[in-house]
Amino acid sequence: MSDAALPTREVFRHFPAAAVVLFYVLATLAMLVAGWGLWRRIRKYARGRPAHRLEALGRRLVTAGAAIAAHTTLGRRHALPGLAHAAIFWGFLALFAGTLIIMVDHDMVRLVNPGWQFWRGRFYLWYSAALDVLGLGFVLGLVAMLLRRSVLRPAALDYTRPDRPAGSYDRSGYRADDRLFLWLLLAVGVTGYLVEGLRIAADRPPFETWSVVGWRLADLFDVLGVTPAADGLHAWSWWLHALLALGFVAYVPYGKAIHMVVDGVNLLFRDDRAAKRLPPAPEAAPGYAGLADLTWKELLDLDACTKCGRCHVACPARAGGQPLSPRDLILELREHADLAAGGLTWLRERPDRAGPTPLAGGLVRAETLWACTTCRACMEACPVAIEHVPLIVQLRRTLVAEGTLDPTLQAALEKLTRYGNSFGQSERNRARWTQGLDFKIPDARKEAVDYLWFVGDYAAYDPGLQELTRGLARVLRRAGVSFGLLYEGERNAGNDVRRVGEEGLYQLLAERNAAALAGARFRAIVTTDPHSYNTLRFEYPELGAAYPVRHYTELLDELLRGGVLAPGRPLAGVATYHDPCYLSRYAAITEPPRRVLAHLGLTLVDMPRSRATSFCCGAGGGRIWMGDTRVPGVPTPAEQRIAEALEIPGVRYFVVACPKDVTMYRDAVKTGGFEGRIEVKEVAELVEAALG
Amino acid sequence: MDIVVTVKMIPDLVEELEVNAEGTDLERAGLRLRLNEFDEHALEEALCLKDRHQARVTVVALDTGDVDETLYTCLARGADRALKVTGAFAGGVASRAMAAVLARVLDEVPHDLVLAGVQAADDRDGQVGVLLAAMRGVPHVSVVTGVEVLGDRMVLARQEYAGGLQAELEVDLPAVLGVQAARQAPRYAPVSRVRQLMKTATLDAVPAPAVEAAAGSTVTRLARPAGGARAEMLDGSPEEIADRLVAILDERGLVRR
Amino acid sequence: MSAPGTTERDVAVVVEHLDGRIAEVSFEMLARGRTLATATGGRLVAVVAGPDARRLAGELGAADAVAVVEHATLAHYTPEAYLHAHRAALERLAPRVTLVASSSMGLDQAAGLAVALDWPLCAYCTDVRVEDGALVAVSQIYGGKLVAEARVDGPRAVCALLPGAGPPPTGGGTGAPAVEEIPAPDLGAARIRFRRLVAPEAGDVDIAREGILVSVGRGIQSQDNLPLVEALAEALGAAVSASRPIVDQGWLPKSRQVGKSGLTVKPRLYLAVGISGAPEHLEGMRGAELIVAINQDPGAPIFDVAHYGVAADLFDVLPALTEKLKARA
Repeated sequence: MSDAALPTREVFRHFPAAAVVLFYVLATLAMLVAGWGLWRRIRKYARGRPAHRLEALGRRLVTAGAAIAAHTTLGRRHALPGLAHAAIFWGFLALFAGTLIIMVDHDMVRLVNPGWQFWRGRFYLWYSAALDVLGLGFVLGLVAMLLRRSVLRPAALDYTRPDRPAGSYDRSGYRADDRLFLWLLLAVGVTGYLVEGLRIAADRPPFETWSVVGWRLADLFDVLGVTPAADGLHAWSWWLHALLALGFVAYVPYGKAIHMVVDGVNLLFRDDRAAKRLPPAPEAAPGYAGLADLTWKELLDLDACTKCGRCHVACPARAGGQPLSPRDLILELREHADLAAGGLTWLRERPDRAGPTPLAGGLVRAETLWACTTCRACMEACPVAIEHVPLIVQLRRTLVAEGTLDPTLQAALEKLTRYGNSFGQSERNRARWTQGLDFKIPDARKEAVDYLWFVGDYAAYDPGLQELTRGLARVLRRAGVSFGLLYEGERNAGNDVRRVGEEGLYQLLAERNAAALAGARFRAIVTTDPHSYNTLRFEYPELGAAYPVRHYTELLDELLRGGVLAPGRPLAGVATYHDPCYLSRYAAITEPPRRVLAHLGLTLVDMPRSRATSFCCGAGGGRIWMGDTRVPGVPTPAEQRIAEALEIPGVRYFVVACPKDVTMYRDAVKTGGFEGRIEVKEVAELVEAALG
Repeated sequence: MDIVVTVKMIPDLVEELEVNAEGTDLERAGLRLRLNEFDEHALEEALCLKDRHQARVTVVALDTGDVDETLYTCLARGADRALKVTGAFAGGVASRAMAAVLARVLDEVPHDLVLAGVQAADDRDGQVGVLLAAMRGVPHVSVVTGVEVLGDRMVLARQEYAGGLQAELEVDLPAVLGVQAARQAPRYAPVSRVRQLMKTATLDAVPAPAVEAAAGSTVTRLARPAGGARAEMLDGSPEEIADRLVAILDERGLVRR
Repeated sequence: MSAPGTTERDVAVVVEHLDGRIAEVSFEMLARGRTLATATGGRLVAVVAGPDARRLAGELGAADAVAVVEHATLAHYTPEAYLHAHRAALERLAPRVTLVASSSMGLDQAAGLAVALDWPLCAYCTDVRVEDGALVAVSQIYGGKLVAEARVDGPRAVCALLPGAGPPPTGGGTGAPAVEEIPAPDLGAARIRFRRLVAPEAGDVDIAREGILVSVGRGIQSQDNLPLVEALAEALGAAVSASRPIVDQGWLPKSRQVGKSGLTVKPRLYLAVGISGAPEHLEGMRGAELIVAINQDPGAPIFDVAHYGVAADLFDVLPALTEKLKARA
């Protein structure tokens, strides 16, 4: 084939040398501007405290790469945005790669040896086809996002703040940033096709049929009668496209577009144990007083947020009318960090430079921080691995160190300090619940047992729950399981104490428990309380108390499947299982309880929000110690959950596997006016009933 | 201004209190003690005064063998100094003896104002604050619910009477005030600060001077209150109890129709 | 005037007064003192200090004699001046037992007098009696959980009595007691000076006038749980009152406080919710016609004065009770 007919195209078609130079100057300028912005951001992160996230870098790259390629975090449970974003993502990558290819071929290889240029022939044809198709996907994806935003108007994109009265803040900057990003990308995409269409219309090289979209666009221009002017228009459209594209490049670090860089990096450095295992606090000054206390990963987290609003929608505190939105917390801190670093983002909420304020209690209201139940729904929902919960705990630590506590919470902490439980009852009474049994549970401090049953405060001290605890004891006994208690040696495991921010008290409780565990003989710990499970499994090992930990539903599941326990009187009816936050999102135990219930004969129907998206009862994070903070006119999270359950036709049982859930949901059935319509049952309770 | 707060540990009333075999005192083995709540208020009021004026707060306690953690907690709340008075106090100290010891100890501790809790649950032979003031020959006001500094040598004390009536009294310093309630709830002492102070701070100790201070009466019998006219207890589920109560009230014409 | 040596069986009562009127609690002390004086075989002497103490003596007919200390500087109660005045009187009288009420003024006076006169002091007494020639004081301690009987060493003692533990007072009495004037001691430069009295903010409700009171104590745990109590009060047509800890926290105004430093109430029904029954509180309500107590702790002292008791969780019982009452209406 002759050179003239060889598939390729002229870069800078018909341009005078001056124009080319101008282009390169502008391109360099754009890259410098972008580089400068990127540099300032990196410097901002570099000021952060160290965060040990760099180990196993190879594995991290593979995991993060796979997640990004498959869009798992974005696409799960959100089909439309997942698909649309994937189209935009791959389209953008393709177009970007395409531009790089041209640059390498034209600006590097050609200067070395024109004979080595590769952007021609078969390669060029496939290149044209691929970019045209993927580019179309890019444009369609953007249009889909645009329609989603303007027509569907999902709740997640509502920027209303729950922690400030309307009118006291202005988020038009955010909306402008969103629009700028979308429209700019769309404009780049559309003008790109414009350029291609005009070129093809003007030149009609036969091989350009491979440019499936461009060729048809040229046909359209023919029909519209634009073609005669195409030659001249091409240059104008080329410059338009170039300016938009270069403008986009320059703008990347200064607005929403930065997420293209930061989010991937954030996923790279994610820690799956982020909220399960909290970092220790320096004794002298626990918590985060100011920006200087944040680690580079946390500063990165702040920038990673794209305001997608999934955490905002998932948060039970917000749903209950509390002044907490995980999204707004991140954004508030981001703006603060941004302004402190000299104002990197152009379109913001806060227009001016505010003086340094304390973070906890100043920039972020104390009520906002105290509203969190640490249920981790925000982190589960976040597509870019932002770690909201540990940040909230760090800020709470500062409040506790200052003594800015809800009085009921203060009273609870003082009781925990003095008696090792939040009920204010003597630790000598911890095992009093066993008095209703007709057998003695072995004392694991004195004799060896297979399972050390760590009962937990609520199951042991709450009079309304003690019968359920006895029920489980009876079931385990019937199954012949060797289990024992720590009796008075047990203290509150400390999970929620730590999450409230009282690190010193957590250390105290954990040390006592660790000593008691060390003095007992057992093979594994089994616990009724998912909160205790979390800290025993993920945090106690740091104190030297590393033991295998099981949740009692896992044990029951094994016993039932192994035939050790057989339901003599199977149950019937429709039941829905409520995944406790600390069991589903923290411990990832979702199937054993379901198997147990199915084994008992119940018809299990899940609520829309179940397993990893289960909706919190509202008691975690020390909330149960803070007194009733119901917002007038708004149903509590627990009441909302019961309403969700009642939408299941014929549902009879609301089954839970956590003692605090039992209390919260029993109350919710009463206060929500649902009495008689659904029964709150605990897994062990149903097992005992079915054993007959 | 130098403020001294006298504190003592009393049996924690959350527990069942056991009487010893002789029947004349508490069974001290296994007895859980806690800081007297009124003393906590006295400390809080002292700290509030410290927040507003330049004051140094010293906490003084008799070493009954278990005061260390409490004293560190007082330091964690904001006290500047903690002083333990050592002696044979392990089995509990009568108020009169405690006051007599403190009266002599205060000779060595600079103080303008002494705050004590108005009373304590084991004050059978009198309230420490009043006794202390009388022994030192300084003015004393009891049942104080508010203190204001009026100058170097004078404070304003609010004394509360029945029905919420209050008297404002000017008191020349040095003086002892018996605090009923501080102007705000006792502040929280984060456990990490307490633990940190346990490692870095020191508790001053001074031996108790020999004093003569008999309580003047000897307990011959300590027991649970005799049944007496005890309530008729109602049992059952909350609904059953509610039904019975309504019936009882109805009988007496106390239920609205 | 009695001859020296014959007073060693006398019983003295330190009388309190405010705004020119003898305090109710002093009449109760006099009644108790009468019982004791009969046992000791001595006179009942009322001690009263004040700017016009002689006039007040006219109300103290329940006593056999009245010792008055009159001085202008005693115009308003201040702990120190009155301490000196009472001391002067008691030094002269040298009675066997001096009774003081466990009130705010009593807390000032009892221990101060005990040290000044070097007499033993027994506090929180519910009873004082003579056994085998010795004084025995019965005191309620540890929040009323335990009762201590103590034998007084020595011939004299000061006893601070808890009001409300004995028979109701019989008022001023009709006798015309002998009045003995005690010369006022040199009160010197007063180190405590009265400025003014501050009346509490008039509450919207005068709980002393209410027929039914639902009273809430620490068991309610949190201010946010008060609506439970208010709902019950509404169903009963009652007012809400409280024990000291609730008022100290600011959850209810001072005007709602029942007890030693609050109001004394005598309603037809007193429903104590989550109140343990410390002596300071019982003082204010034990005269109620019908007392019903709800407290999770079956050993709570409140059950000793209540007519009916419920040892259950108030968070279960209150709503149930409110429902039943509303259903009746």
